[in-house]
Parts: sequence; C-alpha cells; structure tokens
Amino acid sequence: MTRNFSAWPIYALLGILSAPLAIMYLFLVIDTFTNAPPGSLIPNEFTFHHWRFLWDPTVTGDVWGPTLTTFLFATSMVVIVLAISSTAGYAISRLNLPFRRFFLSGIMVMHAFPSVTLIIGVFLVLQYAGLYNTLIGVILVKASLMLPFGVWIMKGFYDQVPWEIEMAGVQDGASRFTVWRRLILPQVTPGLLSLGIFAFIDGWSEFMLPRILAPSANFQVLSTYLNVVSDPNSTTYNFNLFKSVGLYYTLPILVLFVVFQNRLMNIFGGGTKG
Amino acid sequence: MQVTLKNFTKTFDDTTVIDSMNLAVNDGEMLALLGPSGCGKSTTLFAICGIHRINGGQILFGDRDVSDVPSQKRNVGVVFQNYALYPHLTVFENIAFPLSVRGDSKPDIEREVRAIAALTHIEELLARRPAQLSGGQQQRVALARALVRKPDVLLLDEPLANLDAKLRLEMRSEIRRIQLETGITAILVTHDQVEAMSMCDRIAIMNKGEILQIATPTDMYRAPVNKFVAGFLGNPPIVMLEGRTSGDGRFLVKEGTSLPLPARLAGMPGDTPLSLGVRPEHFGAAGANRVEGTISFVEPQGRETLFDVTLDDGVVLRSIQPARDDVVFGQKVVWPLDAEKLLAFDVSGRAV
Ligand SMILES: Nc1ncnc2c1ncn2[C@@H]1O[C@H](COP(=O)(O)OP(=O)(O)O)[C@@H](O)[C@H]1O
Ligand SMILES: [Mg+2]
Repeated sequence: MTRNFSAWPIYALLGILSAPLAIMYLFLVIDTFTNAPPGSLIPNEFTFHHWRFLWDPTVTGDVWGPTLTTFLFATSMVVIVLAISSTAGYAISRLNLPFRRFFLSGIMVMHAFPSVTLIIGVFLVLQYAGLYNTLIGVILVKASLMLPFGVWIMKGFYDQVPWEIEMAGVQDGASRFTVWRRLILPQVTPGLLSLGIFAFIDGWSEFMLPRILAPSANFQVLSTYLNVVSDPNSTTYNFNLFKSVGLYYTLPILVLFVVFQNRLMNIFGGGTKG
Repeated sequence: MQVTLKNFTKTFDDTTVIDSMNLAVNDGEMLALLGPSGCGKSTTLFAICGIHRINGGQILFGDRDVSDVPSQKRNVGVVFQNYALYPHLTVFENIAFPLSVRGDSKPDIEREVRAIAALTHIEELLARRPAQLSGGQQQRVALARALVRKPDVLLLDEPLANLDAKLRLEMRSEIRRIQLETGITAILVTHDQVEAMSMCDRIAIMNKGEILQIATPTDMYRAPVNKFVAGFLGNPPIVMLEGRTSGDGRFLVKEGTSLPLPARLAGMPGDTPLSLGVRPEHFGAAGANRVEGTISFVEPQGRETLFDVTLDDGVVLRSIQPARDDVVFGQKVVWPLDAEKLLAFDVSGRAV
C-alpha cells in the first residue's frame, strides 16, 4: 500500500456505502435475541425464545437432521472436488495427454455454461441411474458442476510450479506419482485449501439442486429447511424465528470467511505467494 | 563412468535439433558443452539424463546402453540452471530426498547428507529453507543433492548463469574442486567460454546442433578448426580480416593493407581468398613485423588495457597489453605483429 495519500477518505466512503448492509446485519443479530414491543424497532427484552428451534423440535421440526445432512453434503463436495481437481488439474497442466486441447476447451465451456440449462439432462440421467430423489445423486451432480471450476483453478496452480522441480524429482529417482505427492502437491496446498473452502460453502448454500432433484426425498438440507420455515402461510410462521434459523444457517460460512479470508483471495492470483 | 553418444538424434515435432551427434566423455573427466544459446546444449544434456527421449542413436554409460532406461534408473545427478530446489523442504530434506526415495535407513541418510554437506561446505545451512539462501548457497545445495546418491555422471546446465560476477568466480573453482575430489564424470553446459576454459578438461564446442571440435581448452584456443570456434573463444574476441594471398608470403586485406602470413602458409598460391584471424594479444606485444596505425579506442580494464588501432586504409586491429597510459586516443603507433600466431581460414571457414 502506498502512503502517498491518506487512506481515510476511502475508508469513510466504503463505510458509508456498506453502512445499510452492516446495520441490517446488526439488527438481524439483535432481533434474534430480543423482543420489541409492537410497532417499535427498539427491543425491550432479551430472550432465547427465537433460538428454541435448536432444542425444541416441535417448533419447526428437527433442525439437527438437516444440519448433519448439509454438513455431509458440503464435506462430500470438498472431498470429491479436491480429489478430482487435484489430479485432473495436474494431468492437464503437466502430462502429455491425448485430447488435451479438447479437455481444456471443454472445461472452459463448462465453466461458462449456465448450469441450470443442464438440469433436464441431469434429471434424466439421475432417473435412469436410479439416483433421483437421493442425497448421493444430488451430491454427485453438484460436485460435477463445480469440477470445471476446480480443475481450472488447480491447473493454474500447477502451472506455477517450475517444470525443473518435477524433473529434479525424477532425476532423484522418484516415480512420477511420488514426485506429485511429495514435491508438487505441497506447493499447491494454498490452492487446495481455497478450493476446498469454496466447495464447502458452495455445498452448504446449495438450494436449487436438492429442491429439483430430490423434491420428495426423506432428507432435508438446511436451505430447504429454511425455505419451509420462511413460508408465511404456514401455521408456525414467525419472522424472528425465521431470522434466527437464517442466522444459524449463515454462521458457519461467516466463520469460514473470517478465518480464511486472506487465503481465499489467492485463488484469484493463481497461487502467487503473498 | 564413460559416457558415449552414438549418432544421437533429437527432433521436436518436425524440427531436428540434434542430427547424428557423436561424443565420448572419458571416465572422471569434466567436459564442457559450449555453444551459443539455442544450439542444443540443454537438449543434449536432458537426453543424457533421460528427460528427453532420443529419436535416434544410442546413449551408453560405460558399456551399458541406457537409451531406453527411464531417468530414475540412470543414476545421473543433474544441477538445473535455476537449481530446482524443493521450496517446501529444508536444505537437509532437499539433500535427503534422493536417499529417502531409495528407501535408505534414517542413520544412513543422516550420515550421507552430513558427508556431502561437508564436501560442499553447507553444514551450517541444513536447517534452512531454500528461500533463505543466497544464490551461491542454493547452488551448493543443488550440487549436494545431485551428488548425494553417488551418481555415475554429473550434469550441470548453466550452473553459474544465475550468479553475480563475484560468486560466479567463487563457484567456478568450487564446482571444479568438488568434481576433482569426487572424481565424478561431469558434463557442464555453458555459453560462456571463460567458464568452459577455466573449469573443464576438454571442451566440445557446438553450433546449430553440431559438435564442431572437441579439444582441451588450450588446444582449442590455439588451433580452432574453423572460424566459428576461433570467434567464439577469446575475450576480447579475435579480429577477422577478409582478403587474398599475394603469392609471395603476404596477405592483402581487401581494403589494401598488406600483412605477413605465418611461415607455414608462405607457399600458398597467389590470389587465394582467405580470412586472417588476429587475436588481440598477438598485436602490440612481440613479433618481427611492424604495423602502423592510429589509436581509435582505449579501454582501460585495470590490469590490462585494450586498444583499437585503425590502419591507414580503415582496417581496425585490436590489441591487449599490460596496463599502460602512455598511449592516448588519436596517437600514431607502430606496433609489432606476431605473424606466426595468426590464424587463417579458407572460404568455407575451415582452418588452413
Ligand atoms: N521442448 C521443446 N520443444 C520444442 N523445441 C524445443 C524444446 N526444447 C528445446 N527446443 C528447441 O531446441 C533448440 C535447442 O534448445 P536448447 O537445447 O535448450 O538450447 P541451449 O543450447 O540454449 O541449451 C532451440 O531451438 C529450442 O527452441
Ligand atoms: Mg540451455
């Protein structure tokens, strides 16, 4: 950061621009812990009443089942996306593959393709494979849709590792696999970390696919759960309760962002070490 | 271990970079592959260590044909131009890597690494990471890692290119010392003639994928086989004069000046086109012939001074002499020329 001009006007401007958002979030948090008299914004009592859904399944149904499912969903995303991206990215970056160009352009196209337009095809495939209305089906579809992004990002990170390092490893007597695992992979861990977090967040927040591909399944993820809670026509509808569930749903993502925000940025720099 | 290339050919896609090269490196010798950038030195090196598959011919280590042996089984140590140290490992782990891949026991690894670190003078750096080392230290680590497995052959690709001038001088003698102490057969790739001449037993000089001459540095400098070799060796470089023989033991530069030919060429028939090469140390120091001209350039280099002398007809000769400041720009001088040391080349560039 250059110090040729003072930074405070920029901070002030950014502060003013983001103030509405910040204020809304602040009120969201306050509202979930308080009650306000009718017609007033200022709360007058502190309460855990809106969080009772955590321990009282009669309020909105069991929240822990969907939480566990969502966690499973997001973790599976991380595992699948990392396993395939780390290997496929390497192959595309380094190995003399047949159809390498075809793969590359395919990945680019898939990356830019609006995934919603694939849904009918995906639907038919799932039906055919017997995975319609199953959690595994949804996970597989969601992970595949993220793979073009993941493979592309990892290819970028592998491209940054000098070719000589790999050849030095081979000269030192290591097999290509050992070279990859012991010499190359450690140098792309920033990429793996960021990609893993993105995959987790992406899985955690997915709403469309479970809705469409598993509409009548016996599992729920938090997003569909939240959708039920937020239905104003339901008998249990309560706006503060809705806010609490929403906040509960967002919390893990906020934590991930706060903890890893610096690491997440380097995915856009393609692995340059900061 | 003797290394032999027989009719080695390498093509990339459709371009033939090396066509049928033959080369023999003697056991325990350090050979320089010297040539301008892009002439195929690295390609040759990478073929020897197995990174490149060869398209024709054979590579022999001793009597063993290794042409189809994968890199991992050739037992060749390579030092890459950018050192290629593993950035996430400490110096110790870097050097230990070839041994741990081989499955050596911990105490063995510990002992071998310490021994090679002592040889390369990096004992106190073992706990550091490559990013915390200077260029010269990285170079030593790369050498140690290449040598720790006791390879049959050591290959060095432009090992000094990334160092500053002072370190280059230091590492030049260090690499040579380590090679002599281990007695390993080594091939050094460089485009710097000073490096090749100062570090190696013999030089193989290359141009455009072809080896032009293999000789000891002194022989190659004294008796280059062609114009290219003569021009590549020597700093400041040789001056080439185009002209014809007079028939009576002299040489007529095409601008007009007449210079003596060395005695061995005195019998050449007249009007033969030739190039005459004059090295700067053979003009202005000793010799029976006198040449008159005007100083047109003076470059003091500390211990020596370099002069350009323009003759009456515009021909420029170069002279290097022990530092002197009694001669100034524009002064007329009459300096001796050592005709016996002159080099002559025919129209095709071959030495005569
Ligand atoms: N992997 C490659 N693919 C295509 N051409 C290459 C490759 N490696 C080297 N070349 C070409 O081969 C020639 C020799 O290269 P190289 O051996 O690296 O030269 P140098 O003598 O400078 O080390 C160059 O013209 C270069 O462009
Ligand atoms: Mg090279």
